Order: sequence, then structure tokens, then C-alpha cells
Amino acid sequence: MTTAITASGLHKSFGRTHALDGLDLEVETGEVHGFLGPNGAGKSTAIRVLLGLLRADAGAAQLLGRDPWRDAVELHRRVAYVPGDVTLWRNLSGGEVIDLYGRLRGGLDTARRAALIDRFELDPTKKGRTYSKGNRQKVALVAAFASDVDVLILDEPTSGLDPLMEEAFQICVDEARDRGRTVLLSSHLLSEVETLCDRVSIIRKGRTVETGSLADLRHLTRTSISAELSGEPGALDRLPGVHDLDVQGRRVRLQVDTDKLDAVLRSLTDSGVRTLTSTPPTLEELFLRHYQGDDADAEAAGTRPGGGRAAGAMAR
Amino acid sequence: MTALALPGTARTGGSRQLAGTGALLRLALRRDRVMLPAWVLIVGGVVATGSGALKTLYGTAAERAELARSMTANSSLRSLYGPVFSDSVGGLVAWRYGVFGAALAGVMSMLVVIRHTREEEETGRQELLSSAMVGRRAPLTAALLAALVANVAMALVVTAGLAGEGAAGALAFGLSIGACGMLFATTAAIAAQLTESARLARGLTTAVVGLAFVLHAAGDAATDDGSSVLTWLSPVGWTENVRAFASTGTVVGGSGERWWVLLLFVAATAVQGVAAYTLAGRRDVGMSFLPTRPGPAAGRMGTAGALAVRLQRGTLLGWCLGFLVSGAVFGGMTEGAADLVGDNEQAREIFQRLGGQSGLTQAFLAGMVGVLGMVAALYGVASVLRLNGEESAGRAEPILANAVGRVRWAAGHLVVAYGGAALVVLLGSAGLALGYGHRAPELLGAGLVQLPAVWTLTGVTLLLYAVAPRAATAGWAVAGVCLAIGWIGPALDLPQPVMDLSPFTHLPKLPGPPVQWFPVVLLTVVAAALAAASLAALRRRDLAT
Repeated sequence: MTTAITASGLHKSFGRTHALDGLDLEVETGEVHGFLGPNGAGKSTAIRVLLGLLRADAGAAQLLGRDPWRDAVELHRRVAYVPGDVTLWRNLSGGEVIDLYGRLRGGLDTARRAALIDRFELDPTKKGRTYSKGNRQKVALVAAFASDVDVLILDEPTSGLDPLMEEAFQICVDEARDRGRTVLLSSHLLSEVETLCDRVSIIRKGRTVETGSLADLRHLTRTSISAELSGEPGALDRLPGVHDLDVQGRRVRLQVDTDKLDAVLRSLTDSGVRTLTSTPPTLEELFLRHYQGDDADAEAAGTRPGGGRAAGAMAR
Repeated sequence: MTALALPGTARTGGSRQLAGTGALLRLALRRDRVMLPAWVLIVGGVVATGSGALKTLYGTAAERAELARSMTANSSLRSLYGPVFSDSVGGLVAWRYGVFGAALAGVMSMLVVIRHTREEEETGRQELLSSAMVGRRAPLTAALLAALVANVAMALVVTAGLAGEGAAGALAFGLSIGACGMLFATTAAIAAQLTESARLARGLTTAVVGLAFVLHAAGDAATDDGSSVLTWLSPVGWTENVRAFASTGTVVGGSGERWWVLLLFVAATAVQGVAAYTLAGRRDVGMSFLPTRPGPAAGRMGTAGALAVRLQRGTLLGWCLGFLVSGAVFGGMTEGAADLVGDNEQAREIFQRLGGQSGLTQAFLAGMVGVLGMVAALYGVASVLRLNGEESAGRAEPILANAVGRVRWAAGHLVVAYGGAALVVLLGSAGLALGYGHRAPELLGAGLVQLPAVWTLTGVTLLLYAVAPRAATAGWAVAGVCLAIGWIGPALDLPQPVMDLSPFTHLPKLPGPPVQWFPVVLLTVVAAALAAASLAALRRRDLAT
């Protein structure tokens, strides 16, 4: 499989702020890649480097096999971008802006443009200053999805959309995937990422901390288990990878590293299982693990089996 | 309680309607802490120090009497400054700066009022403020109070600065300027209710100020004592008709100050104020009385250049009209101006330094071409700064994320900036030729020769933007210094090295003697080098985010 976007060891500083601190990113052609991170993690900076709007201080980035800074104009014919905060010209109508962006990218599918305006229920005759945040975003989304491009770079594109429009957006991303487009989707909405993305990269403080498919990432976290046994529970506390064990008579609740699940289940069935609930780790848990507390997390990341470096290696 | 919250029914709300006015006023004054003092000190200061300049130029009472006589006799100058009502120093200052001071106070008040009313609503900030303990009438009241503070300050600066020429006259003059400012503040308050866009509201108010100026100009061209109906229709004409300092010197008009004219300002301000509050009470936050028309559902623009033209064409059209009309006014004044400057040896010298030659008509024309050129540089600076505006507002980023290179994107705006400056200067020269009635080709050529200097200042701003976008607006300061050198330099007889700082100093004074091509060519090369260096720098730097 070829890669549409690669970045390795990207560094970018603004004065004393290190926005990117060795960021790695790989997006394969035709996949929808989730780009997750807390506010200020460097997502938008990374995207701007990929678009050639900023020049990285160090590291290498490639978009469709070319240098995004040097070949910016050529590349942008094949890329559509939706910024997180869409600003429009006050006295231009939404329709005019959509067509302008389309032409500046080298082509707009007029049938798709009409269908998208319909789907997003956008009034293209309104002037830029009269649109709400969500409607400004729709203008940019229609322009992006109606363009004939290979790569879509979407920077928190749904932050102003209502749930219905959010669904319309998800249909658009699915269609783009069906047409073989590559999508880099930076987002805060975990449910959106879980629904849409084939793989995700989680970044924090300008550095990639996790990369892989959701299945890969789940594998590296803990599954919650609660069971009612017919006999006395075995020596669960001696099994590797078991955390937060809580035994109350024949009721057992515990968390287990997902790759150590097998041994726990065996021990449980030895005692005889009456009921069993197993909850897979949610993306939230993954997410929170990397977001919460600076110091505590930095320490934990080193000791856990699912630490950043290991995950990155596995995904490759 | 809910009934009280409905617009139009809120009559019994009383003091609640004004809740939060104090806090909003403090917010307004805090936000304007640089802009307002600058306006007050520059406009007020120029007016207040006018007496010193006048005494230097016209040292004796006889000279001043002669100036007053000839100025009043000349209809084209009357249409610009109004008639002279007294030949005292104070009277001449009031004549020279009265209508301009009043109009500028109006512009200042407009900026303050629109900024704190319609602009707050348009950006959505008002919504957040209004959700707090803020009465329905508080925002408009706070904006008008901020304008009142500014106008009182300006009246004080003017009064204090001219008090030495006669306390009564100084007070009358200060009040006539401040009161005119407040009148236009309420005009702006009405405009802010009418339109949804702050820009349009500013445009409407500016048009009213401009109309007031034109009415005074037409009226004063027809009569020599400010008694024309047209003058009386114009608030700017009222300022002149207060006849500040008419109680000093040899009185031309007859009586002293006409204090009762100030009541006209009070009455008109009150009427407009009531209108603004009534309109404000009848609409919702963010809404307006003039609806925003929908635009086309599909666009025809397909290039960054077309977008640049589209974004700047309205402004350029305004500049073109302004230059054509100003040129025609200057042209019409030419014969008369030369006649009357001829009587005063010092004024003649200044004009010759400004215009650079002996023939006074020629010197006047050259001086006016120079003025047009210098003002056109302001257009160039403003136009180039649109690049900065687009970039800092985040509208450049999505354009540049398309298949548009930075140079292509910038080039669109630069064509409008550099080409527009050329167009503006040419139209100004054409107006000059129309008003003067002779020597059209020479005057157009003289206008063209201004362009290398115009482009050099434009280029300095462009370079600032390309290298350090945050410092881009310093381009205004550079242009301002060059304008000040060109404008006041000749009157102050500044040393040559200082004069040489402005590119305009190096241009040949045309129309007149054979052209010295060397400085023209050199400045053209400098301007081209600045533009090239800027584009190279723009390609290298990060986009501001």
C-alpha cells in the first residue's frame, strides 16, 4: 500500500513555543485517518506544514510523494482543505466562495456541488457576514467535497455542525472513501473518529503518542470485566496484567491489559462462570490516558506495555 | 417581566434600560485609549497651534487685514474654507481650520460610535455583553458618551490652545467644533441602526459628512458672509456661522460671536439622538432596517486576481471619484490662488518651495500635483495592507491551500494597489486639468511623474508586510512622516537632509521646467526592487496563523 502523507520527526517552534516536537505521521492512500489530540497539541500546525503554509524547522514531510513546501501549488490541485475556523468575505455570497475555491483547485463537480448544497441545506445566496459558524463551515465543506481531489485535509470540520449535519458529513466522508480518496480528519469528536476512521494517530505536545488501527490500539489497553462465578475465584491477583481487582465473595470486577485477557478468562472458567460482562476499551479511555495530567501520564507511559513508542512500532 | 423584555414595549423599564452603561463606557474608553487621544491631540493640536503658524506668516495687522480681505473676495477659496469673519489671529485660525476641524470631529465621532454599536453587533460581541446585566439602551448610550468624552476633550484642547487670542472666541470655536462632532455622532448612531454592516454604516455617515461639506462649499461660493441657505443647511456651515473671534480684530461681518448658533447643534443632536434611540428600540440585536440583499448562488470568479479586484474595487472607485473631484476643485482655484498669494512675500516663498518655481500659477499647479501624489501614496499603503488584513483574518490561508502560489495571490492585490495608485493620480491630474481648463497633457504627465514616489512608499509598506507582517501597519507611519515632510516642510523651511527623507522631495516639480529624469528613473528602480524583494521574502516566510 502506498502512503499519501508521511511526516517524520517534524519540528516547528514559534518563539519559545514548540508546537511540533518530532511529530510522525503516516496516512495510507485511500484511508480515512483520524488525527486526535487536545487543544494546542499541534494538530493545526502539522496540517499547515503539510499544506506548505508553514515551513518545518526540521524533519521531513511528504504529501503524495512530493515536498509540500516546494511543490505547494502543484500539490494543492489535488488537495482540498477545510480549516477549523472558516472565515468568509463579508460581501461575497456562499455560492461565489464555493465556486472560487473550486476553480482555484482546478475543477468542481457541478452535479455534486448541487447535491451537497442540498444535503447540507445551505443557502448559497447569503452573504458571508450573515452566515453562522456552522453555515460558514458548510460552505468550506461543500467546496471541499465537490472538488475533484485526491486528498482531503479536514481540520475539526464539524465543530459547528448540528447532529443532522454531522451525519451528512459522515456520509460525505464515506463517499470520499468509496471514491478512493485519502482523508486526514482532525477531530475532537471520538464517536465521529470511531465511526469514520480506519486508523488514528494521537498526538500530544507536538509528538505522536499512538498510531494504529482502532483494533490495534484497543489491543494495547485494558478491558473491563465483571463476572459472577459459581465457585471461589482463583488467584487472579497473581496473573500478569490485572489491575483494580475487586473481589466480593463470588463477584469479581477487574481490569486487564487486553493482550493478557486469555489467562484471566481461563482462570474465571476454572471457577465456573454464571454471568460475564466484558467491556472493550473505548476511544475515550485511550484518549484520556494520553491527555490527563502531564507528569503522571509521562511516567505511566513509560511503564505501560502500551506506551507510545511500542504502539508506533507495532503499527508499522 | 417578560413583557418588559420585548422591544417597543419597554417603556417602563426606566433606569434598567441603561444598566451597565458605566461599565460599557469604561470598556469603550479602554479599547480606544490610543485612538481617541491621537485624534484629539492631532486634530485639536493642529488647530490650536494654527495661531503660531499664522503669526509667522502674517506678522503685522496690516498683512492679516489684507489676507482677510483677499480671502473673502476669492470665491473658490471661500468654498473651501468659508468666509473670513475677523482679521484677528484667532479669526483667521477659525477661518482656516473651522470647517475642516468640524468635519474631522465628525469623522472621529463616527468611528467611535460605529465601533461600539454596529461593529459590536456585527462581530457578535454585543450578544455576549447583552446577555449580562446590560440594559437595552446601554450600548448606544455608552457609545455616544464615549463620543461626548472625545468631543469635549477636543473642544477643550482647541479652547485652551487659542485662549491667548481671546477667551470668548476660543470657547466659541472649541464648542462649535465639539458640537459638530456630537451632531455627527448621532448621525452615525442612526446609520448604525439602518445597516447590518459596520462598514456600510461608516460609508453612510461619511456620505452625510461629505454632503455637509459640499453644501457649505456651494453656499459659500455664492455668498461672502455665510448667509446662503445652502450653508445654513450644513452643520459644517453652522460651525463657520458661530463666527468665533468675530468680537476681536476688525470685524468683517459686523457683530461678535453668534452663540445662538450653538443651539442649532443642540437641537439637531437631540432630534437625531431621539431618532436613533427610537430606531434602536424597534429592532432586535444584530438586525437592521436596511436588509442585506442576497448574492448570486453561483460565482464567476475563478482566479485570485479576480478576487482581489472584487474585494478592492469599491474602495478604489471611491478614491477615483475623490481624486477627480478634488483635482477639479484645486484646478478651479488655481487662478485665484495665484493672485492672492502674490500679495504676500512669505506665502509666495513657501509656495515656490512647495511648487519649486517662479511662475505662481505654475507653482500652485505643481504644488497641487504634489499633494495629489502624496495622498495617492496613502491609497497605495491602504491597498497593500489588504494583503495583511486577508492574512491576519485567516482568509488567505484557505486561498493558499488551493493551487494558488503566494506570489500569484499577492500579485492580484498588488495590481490593484500599484495600478490603482496610478489610476487615482491620473484621475486627480485629469480633474486638475478640467478645473484649470488648460495644459491637460502637461498635467497628466506631471501626475505620472509622481508615481515612482507613490510606488516607493507603497513598496516600503509591502516590504514591511512581507518580512514582518505584525509590523506592516508601520507603513502608515512611514507614509505619514513623508507626507508631513512634504506638507509642512516647505513652510517650516526644514533642513535639506530631512526633506530628502521623503521620496517626493526628489521628484521634479511639474508642470514647469524640463524634466530631470535621473531621480524619476532611480525611484522607479527603487520601487521595483522593493516589490521584488518583498515577493521573494513573502515566498520564504511562514504564513501568519
